Formats: sequence, C-alpha cells, structure tokens
Amino acid sequence: MSKLPRWVDVGVIPLANVVIAFAVAALVVLAVGASPAEAFKDMLTGALGSSEGIGYTLYYATDYMFTGLAVAVAFHAGLFNIGGEGQAYLGGLGAGLAALALDHGVSPVVAIPLAIAAAAAVGALWAAIPGYLQAYRGSHIVITTIMFNFIASALMVYLMVNVLIAPGSMSPESRDFTAAQLPLVSDMLNHLGFAVDPSPLNLSLVLALLCCIGVWILIWHTPFGYEVRALGFNSNAAVYAGVNPKRLTLIVMCISGALAGLVGVNEILGVHHRLLLDFAAGYGFGGIAVALMGRNHPLGIVLASLLFGVLQQGGTELSFDIPAITRDMVVAIQGLVILFSGALANLPRPLLEAPFLWLARRRAAQEGTG
Amino acid sequence: MSDVLALLLPTLAATLRVATPLILCAMGGLFSERSGVIDVGLEGKMLAAAFAAAAVAAWTGSPWEALAGAIAVSCAMAALHGFAVITHRGNQVVSGVAINILASGLTVVFGNAWFQAGGQTPALPDSARFMPLPGGFSLLVYVALASVALTWWVVTRTRFGLRLRAVGEAPAAIDAAGISVAWLRYRAILICGALTGIAGTYLAISQNANFSKEMSAGQGYIALAALIFGKWKPIPAFGACLVFGLLDAVAIRLQGVALPGIGEVPVQFIQALPYVLTVILLAGLIGKAVAPKAIGVPYEKEH
Repeated sequence: MSKLPRWVDVGVIPLANVVIAFAVAALVVLAVGASPAEAFKDMLTGALGSSEGIGYTLYYATDYMFTGLAVAVAFHAGLFNIGGEGQAYLGGLGAGLAALALDHGVSPVVAIPLAIAAAAAVGALWAAIPGYLQAYRGSHIVITTIMFNFIASALMVYLMVNVLIAPGSMSPESRDFTAAQLPLVSDMLNHLGFAVDPSPLNLSLVLALLCCIGVWILIWHTPFGYEVRALGFNSNAAVYAGVNPKRLTLIVMCISGALAGLVGVNEILGVHHRLLLDFAAGYGFGGIAVALMGRNHPLGIVLASLLFGVLQQGGTELSFDIPAITRDMVVAIQGLVILFSGALANLPRPLLEAPFLWLARRRAAQEGTG
Repeated sequence: MSDVLALLLPTLAATLRVATPLILCAMGGLFSERSGVIDVGLEGKMLAAAFAAAAVAAWTGSPWEALAGAIAVSCAMAALHGFAVITHRGNQVVSGVAINILASGLTVVFGNAWFQAGGQTPALPDSARFMPLPGGFSLLVYVALASVALTWWVVTRTRFGLRLRAVGEAPAAIDAAGISVAWLRYRAILICGALTGIAGTYLAISQNANFSKEMSAGQGYIALAALIFGKWKPIPAFGACLVFGLLDAVAIRLQGVALPGIGEVPVQFIQALPYVLTVILLAGLIGKAVAPKAIGVPYEKEH
C-alpha cells in the first residue's frame, strides 16, 4: 500500500503538513505587513517567556487536549464528530449545575468528582443523540452534530437569560459557587515555596493527561479498542468479525462527547466558578485541528495541544506588540492546519516518495547486476 | 382584515429579505451536493464573500465591482475545496470545516490590517450598495428568486443537469461514458462558489452597510439544513428556505409577545427550530431525506 518506511509515514509527512500550514500562515503575516520572524519570536516569548505565559499556555492546551481526544476517539471508529463545540458547552452546563446544586454543606472532595462526572455525563448525552440517530436511524452524524451545536447554543442562551441568571445581575451569568472549585496550579506551587505568577491553569491539566493515557489504553490495549479500530478501518469486515456496529457507534459517541464535555471542568470548575455564555467557543473546532495534526494518537494530541496553547497565548500577547495581528490569526492557522493536515494531507507525499522510490529502484538494479 | 394584512405583508417581505442569502446558498449547495461533493463550507464561503464585497465597495464605491470581487473570492475558496477533495481526494467534510474556520479567521485578520476597526469595514454610502428598488427589495433578492428557477431548469432540463445528477449517483457510469468526473464536479462547485458569492454580497452591502465579524452567523448552516430539508431538490429547498426565513422574521416580532393558548414562546426556541426540524427529518420521523448516492466518496478511476 504505502511505499514509504513507517517513520516517514508517521513522522515526516505529518511534520511536512504542519510546515506547509505554517509557511502559508507566514505568508498571511507578510501580507498584513508584519515580519513573520518577529511575530514568531514575540509569540514564543509571550507564550513561554514567563511563568504566567506558561500557565496560560498550559490552560489553553488543556481544553485542546479534551476536544482533540474527543474528535480522535470518534475518528478511530470512522465517525466525524463536529459537535465538540456543543458537547463542551453543555458539559460546562452539567458541571456548573452540579456545582451550584452541591454548593451548600458539601465537601469539595465529594462535590468536585460529582461535578466532573456531571460534565462528562451531559457531554456524553449531547453526543449520544446524534450517535443514536446515526446508528439506528441512519442520519448523517456530520449534519446532526452541526445542528446540535446550534441547538446547544440556543439552549444555553435561553437557560442563562431566563433561568440561571443571578438575581439582580446585568449580564447573563449565574451566581458564583465555592465548593466545587478546582485548585489553581499557581496557588499550589506558591504553597510549596515556588514563586509563580497567577494564571488560570488548574488541576484539569492532570485530568486531561489522565484522559490521554486512558484513551491510549482504551484504543490500543483493550478488546473494545480493537473493535473500534476494526469498525473504523473496514466496517464490513468488522461486522463479519462479530462487531455490533450500532452499539459500538453509540458507545464511541458517548465517550467522545464525555471527553469534550470535560472542557467544562477546566472552564467552569477551574476558572470561572459560575455559569456564563460562550466559555467553550472555538475549542470544539480547534479539537478537529488538534486531532488531525496529532494523527489521532494521544501523544500527538498532547504535542498539538501544546502548540495550539502556545499559539493562543502567544497570539494574545502578540496583538499588543503588532496590532495588525490579533487572536484571529490563531483561528486562521487552525483552519490552515485542518486544510493541510486533514483534507490535503497527501499533498507532500509524491515529493517525499520520490527519493525512496529512487533508492528502491537503484537497489533493485544493483541486485540485478550483482 | 386590513389589520391582518398590515401585519402579514411586512412579515412576508421580511421573510423574503431574510431568506435571500439562505436561498442563494441552498441553490449553490444543491449544485455541489448533487454532483457528489459535500459542502459544509457554505458558511465560510459566504462570510469570505461578504468581507470581499464590503472591502471592494469601500475601496471603489461600486456595488458591481464589489459583487465581482465577492464572487471571485468565493469561487477561489470553492476551487480550493475542489483541489483538496476532487484532485487530491481529501475528506470533503474536513475540507469544508477548514474553509469555514479559515474564513472566520482570515476575514478578521485582513479586516484589521486594512481598516483598523476590530475586523469591521467602514460604513458604506448608499451609492456603494445594492439599495431597495421601487418594489421594496434589492436587485439581489430578485437574483435569488431567479436562481431558484434557473437551478430547477439547469438541473432537471439540461444535458449538464442530467450529467450532474448522474455524477452524484454513479460517477463510474459518467466516466464510462467518456465524460470527465473531475471537470463536471469542478464546474458544479464553481457554480456553488458564484451563488454563495452573491449571498455574501447581499449580506454585506445590501442587507447591511458594512462587514462585521462573523456576520454570516450560521446562515450557511441553515441553508445546508434547508437543502437537506428540501431533499436536495430546488423547489422544496426553496420552500424550506422560506419557512426558515419566516421563523427568523417571526422570532424578532414575537419577542416578549404572549401567544393565545401557548403563552410566551422563547425566541431561542424559534431560532433553534430549523436545526431541530432538520434533525427530526434526518431521523426519518417526517418523511425521509435520501442524499445523492455517491455523496462524500472521492472518485477513483479504475485502471
């Protein structure tokens, strides 16, 4: 099938795709009259040059890990979950409702796990409906998950404006809760005697890394994961091997939605400590870029999440120095990564294949003469 | 009676105005999807076109040049989609998502760089816009209506339309007949690009007087929903656009109004209704929407 050694397939080609995406991004930076080299330097300093910058970078990366894993798990079963946006949003709703309900006389040791479970459960539920419709009613999951993003958005606006708004509040935000707040990493480090500046980075990062390990074990080291990959690789063969594709589709979508829902843990339990609008905006779609760039592997997803964390934090800093470049540049780069690592992933293949074909031909010729 | 008319006519007129970008996008999507190419990138193409129209109108002051610029940008994005999914056989949904996100980011990046107003373009004078004609609608509204008739005629009554439908159902048959599958599909998505370009122009320089960040606000997705709701057929898709447009026009008017027997209907419920209805339709609960058979499958020539 592939004429390339494995290390080229899993290492060089993904790297080439990302390099092309960033080369085009550099052209855009040039086109708006800024210097790509300077922008790159500023971005790195902004993202990694201070303990505050690093904290923000890792906080953004946490969200990308959750949504990246969500997209990747579905991809392994051959499903394209574009609904991460809505699942993350409603996961936050679940976390926030649980935290608000458990706010009186409940210990954080009980409240936090329950609120995390609520985030995962509501995220899973929001993905389960499109999953069910795909599996049992034949509705295309891409379309239904897109529709569910909009339904989630309308539902949240309705709930925040009409039901959950704190009495007397001008903006659609709920009251603050205290019990289920996740500890901030900066507070913990300061307690231990390391002086770091405050940032929103919280224990959700640990949860995200645990999810990465969990997904790695689940997909590559369990019979269930084997079935998932079989379904994604060749659904007909999987059915003949005894896989129940309907049940599996539903379960995979639930896992995917639960992972996306955990964005709500990072945002609501970790940072905002109240319910509000649009806290998850962009992470669902960002997760598609992360999963494609990370080749649906947890290790790749961690690396891609870190890169997007750097971009997002660095991009925010960058807009102070170079006004022509705003955070929207990061959105454009996400689009370019989805294009070149996803839809056009095979673009650099012929070029990279050429030297190996040449080598193979030469070896064959030598064997022929020798 | 005259009271009802006084309420009804403005609502119907508002419906048509709101439905215009939906109609244009849905007809564009119809060409693409009937040829077998999924287009979730209607939203992005329309947004990019809206920006192009507003930018060109701000520079030249000519709505016609703005229209040409918008169509050019939208077609360029359609060609990029084609390059990825027809030439390189990439995943059509991934490519469409990329185009949406790319448009969402680049319009603001360039808008900021060129006009320094947080991604907005300057407010346009009436002379740089498509203003309402004596009938109360701008020219582009009539173009949208004409596009429905034209789409119906092209798809059902011409040789190109026959081949278009065939390539979406059985591309191998088209190939065996000696017709280029790739070229046919490229033409289909370029027509889609032109129509979404007009839709974007309407948003930026007819319905509004400038471009603002994310101004398409999900209308490309509603158009996609309308296309599916109309079962990929021109007239039913047009009907779905009108229904979704009516919901939107009514939602604004129903804000805070208590309906007899129902009470106050939350605006968000009416706004979400097109999406909910589409999901219900896709679930097979009201009729059945059957997509073109070869949709989403890259065509690989047999050797």
